[in-house]
Amino acid sequence: MLQLDHLSKTYPNGTLALDGVSLTLREGEILAVVGGSGCGKSTLLRLASGLDTPSRGRVLLDGQVVAEPVARIGMVFQEPRLLPWLSVAENVAFGIRELPEAQRRARVEALLGEVGLSDYAARWPKELSGGQAQRVAIARALAPEPDVLLLDEPFSALDAFTRIDLQDHLIRLWQHHKRTFLLVTHDIEEAVALADRVVVMKPDPGRLAAEIPLDLPRPRLRSSAPFQAAERAVRGALSDALRREPQRTILN
Amino acid sequence: MSAASQSFEAPAEARTSAAPAGRRSGRAVSARLLLGVVLPLGLGLVWEAVVASGFASGRLMPPPSRVIAELVRLASTGALWEHSLITLSRVLGGFAGGAVAGIALGVLTGTSRLLRDLLDPSFQALRSIPSIAWVPLFILWLGIFEASKVTLIAVGVFFPVYLGVSSALMSVDRRTAEVGRIFRLSRLATVRRILLPSILPATVVALRTGLGLGWMFVVAAEFMGASSGLGYLLVDGQQLGKPTQILAAILTFAVLGKATDAILASLAAPFLRWQDSVGEAP
Repeated sequence: MLQLDHLSKTYPNGTLALDGVSLTLREGEILAVVGGSGCGKSTLLRLASGLDTPSRGRVLLDGQVVAEPVARIGMVFQEPRLLPWLSVAENVAFGIRELPEAQRRARVEALLGEVGLSDYAARWPKELSGGQAQRVAIARALAPEPDVLLLDEPFSALDAFTRIDLQDHLIRLWQHHKRTFLLVTHDIEEAVALADRVVVMKPDPGRLAAEIPLDLPRPRLRSSAPFQAAERAVRGALSDALRREPQRTILN
Repeated sequence: MSAASQSFEAPAEARTSAAPAGRRSGRAVSARLLLGVVLPLGLGLVWEAVVASGFASGRLMPPPSRVIAELVRLASTGALWEHSLITLSRVLGGFAGGAVAGIALGVLTGTSRLLRDLLDPSFQALRSIPSIAWVPLFILWLGIFEASKVTLIAVGVFFPVYLGVSSALMSVDRRTAEVGRIFRLSRLATVRRILLPSILPATVVALRTGLGLGWMFVVAAEFMGASSGLGYLLVDGQQLGKPTQILAAILTFAVLGKATDAILASLAAPFLRWQDSVGEAP
């Protein structure tokens, strides 16, 4: 599946954002990457998508180097990034223009149904709430049926209720489409609610700190004891990752 | 879960649709329109009364009634339509040429770094020349008739359109452009499906600015050796000492300028309905 092989990224200003990160995604899993801001997790996703090229290391999809965006890898950004001059349906269809009309329409209809926005097909993006817009963005990313979907803090700009709703939507989409998801987030609860496996990153420069497998059954109940134990485990790993930093002596 | 989400999202939708409607009820709009008419109408009436009561002759600054009488006279002889039509055709001809060239070169320099480095410095240098300064040269090159006039107008229209399109393309949000990259659009498809729609609002503004400049330059063009057109009416009125004719021509300029701008704006409006802006039409 998707393999990140010793990825390093130095930005033109000299910042080492990512230092030798290796990760392998298993087919059909949800892998969450958790870390504070500035730990290079967004950089990691940009490299995985092919939007940016690594300074060292490489991204491999089934053994083939990913040097630029490819059809088999989809991306959901932190902001919906819908094109405001296209209707909701046209936005979802943006990446599948080459499909025949009938097939395209059927796929857009199905996806809008799955994200609960069938009635909004003809609306403009400006008429959507933040949560609805992000659902359209997820539908747009899934439309070309990518094997891997990358999600860059997709729900971080939403209120708590909408966020939980969208996490449930995402799980349903994942169960239905059986794709591999790589999710970057700073929200521990979100990682535990969604992921099969959580990877913790530490900053300055961005590196992997810990890996925590989650074998919680789905649907996951946020108030259950195992769920909260898993949250504690991730939180502990995260603060361990920060504590071992020599520069960061003060922790509350 | 979805029921819960709808109840959370409903207020947000209600807010977006209710706010503009509340701010601009029909009565408030007409009251504000009326307020804008008070000053010119009041001044006109005062001047009319001053001249009628004999305090001023109104020879150099005729009262509104005489200007309207002159407009009626010009209209009845057909001269008003004739001159308006000629001026309008010059503006539209120059506007078409300047706008097409401005959009084409703006798109080229806005999307290609090589072409920008190659062409933009020259255009910026040419732009700093007051366009009227070209008139003697255009007359030498193109003669005194239509070609030199339309060319001058086209030059006046070209620069705001070129600058507007080119700078709008360069300021397209990187994040929007990345959507095109993620879906692997070719360079041409990126221009067509991402960049051009992105700059449509700015292009409409640039075209309207260009049209306004076209009306400005048509006067300059018609000042020089024209025997027809509204600009000719201005010069003719000055030489024959007929301020009513000058004011009648000025009024016609104002009406035509406003009308063509309104037509351009309303032609563009259906393509800009997606815009989410404060000044959105109700």
